[in-house]
Amino acid sequence: MKDTFLSNGKGYYGDFGGAFIPEMLRENVESLRKVYFNIIESDAFKKEFHDLLVNYAGRPSPLFLAKRLSEKYGAKIYLKREDLNHTGSHKINNTLGQILLARHMGKRRIIAETGAGQHGVATATVCALMNMECVVYMGETDIERQEPNVRRMEMLGAKVVPALSGNKTLKDATNEALRDWICNPEDTFYIIGSVVGPHPYPDLVARLQSVISEELLWQMKKAEGTEDPDYIVACVGGGSNAAGSFYHYLDRKNVKLIGVEASGKGVDTGLTAATIAVGEPGIIHGSMTMLMQTDDGQITEPYSISAGLDYPGIGPLHAWLAGSGRAQYMNATDQEALHAAYELTRLEGIIPALESAHALAVLGKLELKKEDVVVVNVSGRGDKDMQAYINARSLFNVNLEGRR
Amino acid sequence: MNRITELFNSGKKDILSVYFTAGYPSLNDTFRTITELEKRGVDMIEIGIPFSDPIADGPVIQKSGSKALLNGMTLSLLFEQLREIREYSQVPLVLMGYINPIVRMGIDTFLEHASRTGIDGVIIPDLPPEEYIEKHQAKFQKAGIFNNFLITPQTPDTRLRQIDEWSEGFLYMVSSAATTGSRESFDEKQLDYFKRVSDMKLKTPRLIGFGVSNHTTFEQACKYADGAIIGSAFIDAVSENGSLAQKVSGFLEAIR
Ligand SMILES: Cc1ncc(COP(=O)(O)O)c(C=O)c1O
Repeated sequence: MKDTFLSNGKGYYGDFGGAFIPEMLRENVESLRKVYFNIIESDAFKKEFHDLLVNYAGRPSPLFLAKRLSEKYGAKIYLKREDLNHTGSHKINNTLGQILLARHMGKRRIIAETGAGQHGVATATVCALMNMECVVYMGETDIERQEPNVRRMEMLGAKVVPALSGNKTLKDATNEALRDWICNPEDTFYIIGSVVGPHPYPDLVARLQSVISEELLWQMKKAEGTEDPDYIVACVGGGSNAAGSFYHYLDRKNVKLIGVEASGKGVDTGLTAATIAVGEPGIIHGSMTMLMQTDDGQITEPYSISAGLDYPGIGPLHAWLAGSGRAQYMNATDQEALHAAYELTRLEGIIPALESAHALAVLGKLELKKEDVVVVNVSGRGDKDMQAYINARSLFNVNLEGRR
Repeated sequence: MNRITELFNSGKKDILSVYFTAGYPSLNDTFRTITELEKRGVDMIEIGIPFSDPIADGPVIQKSGSKALLNGMTLSLLFEQLREIREYSQVPLVLMGYINPIVRMGIDTFLEHASRTGIDGVIIPDLPPEEYIEKHQAKFQKAGIFNNFLITPQTPDTRLRQIDEWSEGFLYMVSSAATTGSRESFDEKQLDYFKRVSDMKLKTPRLIGFGVSNHTTFEQACKYADGAIIGSAFIDAVSENGSLAQKVSGFLEAIR
């Protein structure tokens, strides 16, 4: 694979990326930057990581041909079942890799931010596994709307600290995690949950998540006789499950890459998290990227029903893929996502996470041909979202009529 | 000559620099806060540009920034508020803020405004020196505005010497691994760090900040550096009831 869409030595993807961090974080980030590549490319790391992915996380995740969904949308639709991983989402791929890295670097204390709680749970899980102290920052709003995940983290032995600033969501949790890291430079490793943050995080997390597309290559070959689908569709919060699904296909221009952002109540309502649609270049959490902001450069509070997509920025890789035209970024509203979640549940017996439901929600908007092969990454399962689904139940009796 | 250079060349000891958040407690306090501080002997003033996501700041400055933004503070309004400041004050003025609002305004426009206003320097915590040197230094130098870098207890000696080499104004010595906020006194480890840096005989003057809050910490800081910067403690003081003049004078009396 060529490296054209990957970051250069300074962590830039085109004009995006970099490491805009205060001097207080410099040594933390620099010590990680110096070693990460050699460690994760070493045979010892690869072997240990692979072993955990297989025997602990349950990889490879299946590639499932969704027949009824295919029929409905008039194309051949495969689901990449990241929801079946241990802890219920793709986030475990990243946390397993980063905790091994933390151990190699001799760190003892782990911090993380979380939105939906999936990254928090995946971090708390690997901390239990590796016997490390775990502190997870989570916005107070998200603590309320993703309460089952809070209880899971606590049961796993993590300390969940509420973030109380801003809208009390993912952005604010990330601010608090960065402040913690400033105050604890010596023993602490920050396991960031997406392809965001200062270099080297976007590259590190993309590489750890690239196991998704690595599996797609052979799974597609086996199922379709070719490694290349026509489309790969994934939801985008920070963009880690999308980066992982796109990774090995970045240079194969015949494969259309579709990222789906959450547009909340609609892109023009001011209640949205569709960064590519409404953002401008700016700097958030150490990275130059597309950013939802005011004319004065203040970061705008995002909104989405999905806590995992409720973020005003996007990983710099995606800003670059969008800017260069290599990938297309669409979006789906709360309503469209809820509808898609019910649809998948009734057609295929799979309750997806609200985040993943956004990816499914654009199937009807892609002008699909009968012979098109589409892979949708189902990044997580919907257990954590049952309350939102129950609240929306009445909305969908009508739509699902005739389908039992 | 840049007023920062003038100040450090003047031979003055125990330099006191005070940080406040523009537009706090009230939107139109900015101008008067500067003149009151200068009138009562403050040597340099850092004007905080409020930002929605100030990752290097503790709760006190975070709250003052949120309030200022609610009050309607913006970077362009700040330049408007300060338009006539040089007719009333000759104290060195440093703008302290995060990079995003500055990039959003455009570096060129920002520098044009800053230089027309009579700003002497900036502190931009999340603009690393390397990035500054590579992409922005030439423009700042042309505008006559110093970018003052931060150093921390974690900054290795080799890097410290490099940053010293790059510096034009002063070095902002962050006193400990922490976000901004007040402390009652400095501990052994911090004093060791102050001494270590002091012994390096750097060319650039040093001001110690983060945690300087009272007479004790100010004195300790001045023993090892050219002076100190007070932020959170001053924000706390102006958050109390009373006239701005009273609050400023009461606060400063307790420091020196
Ligand atoms: C199931 C699921 N999918 C997607 C996301 C969004 O993150 P990313 O864009 O990094 O994949 C989250 C985040 O919490 C998640 O829990």
